[in-house]
Amino acid sequence: MKMEQKWDDDEPTLIQALIDIQKGLGFLPPEKLREVATSFGISEAYIWGVATFYNIFRFKPRGKTHIKVCMGTACHLSGGGLVAEAAERELNIKVGETTDDQDFSLERVACVGCCMLAPVVVINDRVYPRMSPLKLEEVLIEFKRDKKED
Amino acid sequence: MIFEEIKKKATAYLQDLESTTNIRVGTPTCGKAAGADDVIIEFRKELEKKGLEIPLIEVGCMGLCFAEPLVAVFKPQMFTILYQNVNTQKVKRLIEGYIEGDDPCFEMALGTLEFDENGLPFIPELKRSEFEKRILLRRCGIVDPKNILHYIGLGGYKGLEQALGMSPDRVVKEINDSKLRGRGGAGFPTGIKWEKCANNSSKKKYVICNADEGDPGAFMDRVILESDPHQVIEGMLIAGYAVGANEGFIYIRAEYPMALEIVRNAKREAEEFGILGDSVLGSSFSFHLRIIEGAGAFVSGEETGLMAAIEGKRSEPRVRPPYPSEYGLFGRSTLIDNVKTFSYVPWIIENGAERFAKIGTENSKGTAIFTLAGKVKNPGLTEVPMGTTLRTIAYEIAGGAPNEREIKGIQIGGPSGGCIPNSLFDSPVDYEVLLSLGSMMGSGGMIFMDENDCVVDTAKFFLDFVQKESCGKCTMCRIGTLQLLHMMEKITKGLANLEDLDKLKNLAEDVKIGSLCGLGKSAPNPVLTTLHYFYDEYVAHVAEKRCPALVCKDLLAYFIVPAKCDRACEHCKLTCPTEAIGGVIGEPKYIIQDKCVKCGTCMNVCPPEYSAVIKVSPVDKLYELKEKGV
Ligand SMILES: Cc1cc2nc3c(=O)[nH]c(=O)nc-3n(C[C@H](O)[C@H](O)[C@H](O)COP(=O)(O)O)c2cc1C
Ligand code: FES
Repeated sequence: MKMEQKWDDDEPTLIQALIDIQKGLGFLPPEKLREVATSFGISEAYIWGVATFYNIFRFKPRGKTHIKVCMGTACHLSGGGLVAEAAERELNIKVGETTDDQDFSLERVACVGCCMLAPVVVINDRVYPRMSPLKLEEVLIEFKRDKKED
Repeated sequence: MIFEEIKKKATAYLQDLESTTNIRVGTPTCGKAAGADDVIIEFRKELEKKGLEIPLIEVGCMGLCFAEPLVAVFKPQMFTILYQNVNTQKVKRLIEGYIEGDDPCFEMALGTLEFDENGLPFIPELKRSEFEKRILLRRCGIVDPKNILHYIGLGGYKGLEQALGMSPDRVVKEINDSKLRGRGGAGFPTGIKWEKCANNSSKKKYVICNADEGDPGAFMDRVILESDPHQVIEGMLIAGYAVGANEGFIYIRAEYPMALEIVRNAKREAEEFGILGDSVLGSSFSFHLRIIEGAGAFVSGEETGLMAAIEGKRSEPRVRPPYPSEYGLFGRSTLIDNVKTFSYVPWIIENGAERFAKIGTENSKGTAIFTLAGKVKNPGLTEVPMGTTLRTIAYEIAGGAPNEREIKGIQIGGPSGGCIPNSLFDSPVDYEVLLSLGSMMGSGGMIFMDENDCVVDTAKFFLDFVQKESCGKCTMCRIGTLQLLHMMEKITKGLANLEDLDKLKNLAEDVKIGSLCGLGKSAPNPVLTTLHYFYDEYVAHVAEKRCPALVCKDLLAYFIVPAKCDRACEHCKLTCPTEAIGGVIGEPKYIIQDKCVKCGTCMNVCPPEYSAVIKVSPVDKLYELKEKGV
């Protein structure tokens, strides 16, 4: 009943605690998980078990520019897979990875709720509608140029 | 503040608003993606320049996503006009036209917003309005989701007030009599669930609203939460009162940051006005609400999995019985319903069970909400009476397929549903009818497919999804779906034979039987329905190594028809990401097949007057074409 007590006291629960860490740091570093384990009085292994179960948790830092390619149904049907491949080609990383210089990271998500604008790509929380491999390349070239300039 | 006073304040707010011209811009997630934020900024700038003090309200989604950004101009004693696809260039014209003057700007108008004798909105100029019935969506896109007074002014929380004047048993009876069934997928009778929970002697009970919306192609729960959040909270309050629970949770998936923000705000407002808290509307009933962010897992939408997530565990579904009403969250009796299910409750209490039960079919009552996506002219959201045919939805409401193509099937209910072919489009939407066709209501997400979509590839896509999302508890679901996926990959690569199709079917049926929760039980539906209704397409993949829709990459090749190529144009050559195009200026271009990654860019950039790039399947056709010297 320990967790229920947490609810009653309106304290963050395990998953919320992990979400909050990730919101601050962009990922879950092992030492933070250790801290959470101590404060919740549960084993580290248990926390890893929970954290790795859910899709939103990441264990490696994100790139400065985080790219989410939608692979929901509508986006898949209108060529989202080709867009994801184009991103992999252009950044020379696979989905789920971050570039060596930490500039870009790539992730696939399942539906961001903009299916009528499919296929969509979300870059740093901005939705880019009706993408194609070519359009994505152009957007990425822009981003790379901006990086060089600053 | 007592409710009477709040209502007075709300009425005054509404009267004020209605006595002046005001502008409402839809800024839900979909509206923003279409550019609604820029439109708002432009409006602010232009209004300020002109020194006009006109209220500009950000509202939710009317379901007319194809028309976004959507702007509604309300004028006292005049028609309310909806303007479609508004962009920054159109703002000035709108202000000078209808906002300041009397010119309705017909060229941008979608239609007028009117209300029928029951107060439900419709747009007479849109043919789809004839077939729709907006109960849950009646305030969406009209009410300000961040202003509780607007909601109350439009009659909100009246259902709660009425319910608190009834005995809890009476409220449960009303829901029972309405024959409302759960909108989360399975369609379990809501009243029976409420009754079981109400009869449970547990001292502490919980009410949970399931807003996990895991189907990767459905977004109606998001729309409701973003557009009219108080409707959901009101439904939960009534449920809490009816079953004797004083605590509620809304579990919202993390992929919906805006819904989370709006619901958090709504909760704060309701607490301020004494609607949530120790004494709901001044009564002795207390109800506290908590909002929980999901961490992204499809199984978290399954009710026992969802409760495990709240408890800080891995979201693994468990065996039922015991059902949540007996042993739920933290072992307490728990009522768990979907966003839409709760949203119907205030309307049912206000209008009576009988009126709800009059809508729909024998066993499926009320309206149903579907998201329309894929190959249709008017994607978005629709609310129709149960019993409406698929044909009406596909053609009258969604507008049919674009570019004169034909819709060949609808995938209903996401990864748990099935694909229904055009020949069965005269079937009405109804829980039992959809089940009998091998599909299910599920999430209510409809994905339309036309000749350019491959059903085999789509079934593979859903399998890939469920296989990744399987929690791994049941062997059949964990390994079975993976094996099914491998078989589908073999088929789409042209490596399977006809026998494999039988194996596929047998294993799919076994996975259904051998899984505990709905995820595994329904995961094979997309495969089984497409095998049943579109067997020919499978045979083409297997026997001829041909993908009729020209989608499966391993079975197709791109080809530049030399006779059509302009020779002087280099569009394809310049844009190809892998330098797979050969041929110098003055010569026709050709594709170096080993380098081609089949991204389709050359086809997209080839100017339409040449349209020299084609796809061929099977790949062997390439050699045929070359030999013939096409
Ligand atoms: C794999 C799986 C995913 C589910 N996802 C959802 C979901 O996202 N939203 C939902 O309301 N119900 C979902 N359900 C159904 C719930 O288990 C449960 O039936 C529902 O919340 C009950 O509410 P209702 O009676 O209002 O339909 C899912 C079921 C399964 C098996
Ligand atoms: S499928 Fe990509 S936004 Fe819905």
